[in-house]
Amino acid sequence: MELSRGARVALRLAMALGLAVIYVPLALVLVNSFNASRSFAWPPSGLSTRWWTAAWQETGLREALYTSLKAGLGATAIAVVLGTMAAFAVTRYRFFGRQAVSFLLILPLALPGIVTGIALNAAFRTVLTPLGIGFGLFTVVVGHATFCIVVVFNNVAARLRRLAPTAEEASADLGAHTFQTFWYVTLPAVRSALFAGALLAFALSFDEIVVTTFTAGPGTQTLPLWIFDNLARPDQGPIVDVVAALLIVLSIVPVYLAQRLSGEVLR
Amino acid sequence: MTDSPPPSTGASAAGPPVPSAVALSGVTKAFGAVRAVDGIDLEIRAGEFFSMLGPSGSGKTTVLRMIAGFEEPTGGRVLLGGTDVTRLAPFDRDVNTVFQDYALFPHLSVRQNVEYGLKVKRVPRAERTRRAAEALAAVRLEDFAARRPAELSGGQRQRVALARALVNRPSVLLLDEPLGALDLKLRLEMQIELKQIQREAGITFVFVTHDQDEALTMSDRIAVFNAGRIEQVGTPAEVYEHPATEFVAGFVGTSNLLQGDAAAQVFGEPGLYSVRPEKIRITHPDDPAGPDECSAPGTIVEVVYAGALTRFVVDLEAGGRLVALRQNVEESSTDVARHRGSTVLLAWQRRHTVRLSARPGNTTPNDNPQ
Ligand SMILES: Nc1ncnc2c1ncn2[C@@H]1O[C@H](COP(=O)(O)OP(=O)(O)OP(=O)(O)O)[C@@H](O)[C@H]1O
Ligand SMILES: [Mg+2]
Repeated sequence: MELSRGARVALRLAMALGLAVIYVPLALVLVNSFNASRSFAWPPSGLSTRWWTAAWQETGLREALYTSLKAGLGATAIAVVLGTMAAFAVTRYRFFGRQAVSFLLILPLALPGIVTGIALNAAFRTVLTPLGIGFGLFTVVVGHATFCIVVVFNNVAARLRRLAPTAEEASADLGAHTFQTFWYVTLPAVRSALFAGALLAFALSFDEIVVTTFTAGPGTQTLPLWIFDNLARPDQGPIVDVVAALLIVLSIVPVYLAQRLSGEVLR
Repeated sequence: MTDSPPPSTGASAAGPPVPSAVALSGVTKAFGAVRAVDGIDLEIRAGEFFSMLGPSGSGKTTVLRMIAGFEEPTGGRVLLGGTDVTRLAPFDRDVNTVFQDYALFPHLSVRQNVEYGLKVKRVPRAERTRRAAEALAAVRLEDFAARRPAELSGGQRQRVALARALVNRPSVLLLDEPLGALDLKLRLEMQIELKQIQREAGITFVFVTHDQDEALTMSDRIAVFNAGRIEQVGTPAEVYEHPATEFVAGFVGTSNLLQGDAAAQVFGEPGLYSVRPEKIRITHPDDPAGPDECSAPGTIVEVVYAGALTRFVVDLEAGGRLVALRQNVEESSTDVARHRGSTVLLAWQRRHTVRLSARPGNTTPNDNPQ
């Protein structure tokens, strides 16, 4: 399609503006983390890594980082197992209510986090507390798993729908039992989609704050919770910038990898 | 069109002591309201090249899938070598399938594809390698062992699919239109190759096709399918020369049907009759027909030149229309056209008239009128 010169210029401007709105604040955060002065002064008075050193020495921050990593890994592990199994059930077997299950699995992604958070909080209070299990890392992991499952499920189900079922039939025809077929034929075909889903799930869990607020106990602090707590304190300002800069890098990597993997065509 | 089909090379296993390689009894398959397969009885002998011929949607693939174990029959039983396998999973049946779309594993090399069946059955590595090499040699693909399926041509993929199935030495090999995706020349080459492989390996082949020439040239016996039922089972010559039903007469070869008043006048008895076009002789209206011949006068309304043959369409005085074939021994295309509009006499041996039953199953070969 040929666009007129005016339209082309307008489109480019709009695109530049859109990207600027998203990325200029991120760039500011990055620059600010190397700012020599204490406040959000602009332009920066000088370059320094003193806030990066300070951030590293902050024990509360380090612990929050570990908690976030553990929560992310736990939620991703649950999502990989359950999401993959659900994707298989929905794409490979016909059963009553298949469409409904598919819909219910995707719903948590669209539900406001605050609704999920409140619901989980109430559920944990009634089910887990009588069993002696308090709010803590475990409840955070379960809470995050609710939306992590969706991402893995979506990725794997999309790939399975594209995989011709005759490949699996051929495997059974050649004498492979159900598990062998899964291991030698189906899994290699969905592996990259599964990995992409897992990376996205981890990224989602890592920066989640709403559901976390409702499912973490008083002693459990993930990185986003720590940031939220420290943002208000004037003396911690630049350290928060450092953490934010770190999070930007940590989120870009999995999203970039996931996109490359899901774009990879099935050869 | 060949003048007459080659003689059957059918293994004439005469006695019942050897159980059928495949036996279907009363097999039915319904998908919801659709009866894809509607009560089929069939016996396929060991070592036979057996074809299932029929138009699209007639249930051939569904029958094959029930033999392989991918579909469970709604009714009836499937037996392999005399054993009831109706409820067995595909991996517990001694059959292998060559799929219409080949269904090769895209992430494995040609060699790994061929070795797959042996690997999952835990055949030791040394034997696996040897047998895979043999199978690849049999289909002349030794030099392609390291390639991925995506790096092969259609014909090469087809041969990988064949090697992948044959390496398991199944008692029965099922082939679902394996040549459908190939061009005509490659198709003819592969037909000969398949036939050779089948003879050498001594494996029962169940071959699905909707190409009548393919079925006639390759098979020991043919089952003609129509709308989920079998209309006729027989050698190529039987099916071609003595079609049991109107459907078979029309589907295998050119249908040359006479019925009603026309049939009554030509044959002296009303009914439904078929004569193959190449059996019909075209003569001058004044020439008498022989004592063993049927004859009918008519007018040539169309002349179709087809290289080796010319097809004459003749409207009979008695009503009805017949097609007659003549080899172009002397005449060229410009000469044959002048026959249009001529009055002629059609004559054919009485024994080449086939009386058809409208219902399937009533085979009445050599049912000569009068
Ligand atoms: N899984 C299915 N669900 C519903 N209907 C089906 C299914 N498989 C086949 N059918 C129907 O059963 C009938 C027979 O199909 P089948 O695939 O056996 O035909 P075929 O003889 O192999 O045809 P073709 O030559 O086109 O491959 C068709 O009407 C088809 O629509
Ligand atoms: Mg078919």
